[in-house]
Amino acid sequence: MSAALLIDILLWGSVLGVGLIAFRRGPPVFKASLREGSMDFVNIVPRIALGVIGSGYIAAIIPQEVITGWLGPDSGWLGVATAAIAGAATPGGPVVGFSIGTVALKSGGGVPQVVAYVVAWALFAFQRVILWEIPFMPARFVWFRCAVSVPFPFVAAAIAMVIGKP
Amino acid sequence: MSEPSPKDPAPAEDAESEPRPGRVRKPIGWSTIIIAALVAVSAALVWRRDGSAGVLDILTHDLSLFSGILPRVLAGCLLGAFISEILPHEKVSRSLGPKSGLMGLLIGTAFGAILPGGPFTAYPVASALLAVGADFGATIAMVVSWTLIGYGRAVAWEIPIMGTDFTLWRIVISLPLPVLAGALGRFVYIRLYPKQLAKDDES
Repeated sequence: MSAALLIDILLWGSVLGVGLIAFRRGPPVFKASLREGSMDFVNIVPRIALGVIGSGYIAAIIPQEVITGWLGPDSGWLGVATAAIAGAATPGGPVVGFSIGTVALKSGGGVPQVVAYVVAWALFAFQRVILWEIPFMPARFVWFRCAVSVPFPFVAAAIAMVIGKP
Repeated sequence: MSEPSPKDPAPAEDAESEPRPGRVRKPIGWSTIIIAALVAVSAALVWRRDGSAGVLDILTHDLSLFSGILPRVLAGCLLGAFISEILPHEKVSRSLGPKSGLMGLLIGTAFGAILPGGPFTAYPVASALLAVGADFGATIAMVVSWTLIGYGRAVAWEIPIMGTDFTLWRIVISLPLPVLAGALGRFVYIRLYPKQLAKDDES
């Protein structure tokens, strides 16, 4: 069974589960949330469209080689800072992000730097923020969340330096 | 600007007449305009480099991607709507609100870690939590936990590509981060928006 199918089953299973709970609270509650969810969907579709189609173009002008170049065996905190920026600027989905991390590990990148890269990618990858977070969350929350998260690639790198390699 | 007022729970029966707080958004905000401008510039650069064929290539690829994720987006929206309807608002604002303390951050972290699905579930559900009374701190803990220690992406992508050792080790390193991020979020939020909090206290 493919991972995508498993995700879909889990996802729709959860929808069914909470939908059932809502239904047992009474059909009006169920209908109201069904309508609410559908309205959210209708409102969000144009933004998702902009995000999906748009990030494709943004990704096309940031070639992967540029990102890989930033993740050289540059050790120390400057390397961690570069890795954090590279993580945020990485175009594409998880395959691209993790592949770049693996390449960096194999080509002599420092482990704390690669950890900083992966954590920064998870926290800030611009494509996910543009495509998913901004359309769904209040914009003020997104900027706040990103600002507050800035120290954490560095914290992760520091922990990695202290506890050593995997 | 209608800000979510965490202590303003709308009873379920009123859901039809009253829009839930926090989920009413302007269709076009500054973020959308900035992104649209970025996209236009990028598309123009692609056109200059690769011509119309290059622009069309990306468009068709992304359109098929778009149609693929639409059903998941619908599922995410429904999940968010149902969850915000069935969660008892008072309980949520007590256990995930501004005064929930470390426990609230831990609950947010646990919730983010076990949430199934991808970004199409995490963000609608996070948005629903904000709407029913969670504060920025607990919601940040949830979002950061989902992205750093959630099993979905780790199992589907990180383990196959980066290997089990690195992934587990990276997750162990990341364990404290959601709580720290949520705590920092609360710390900054109270100082940035003291008025907002005082207003919440009154109600």
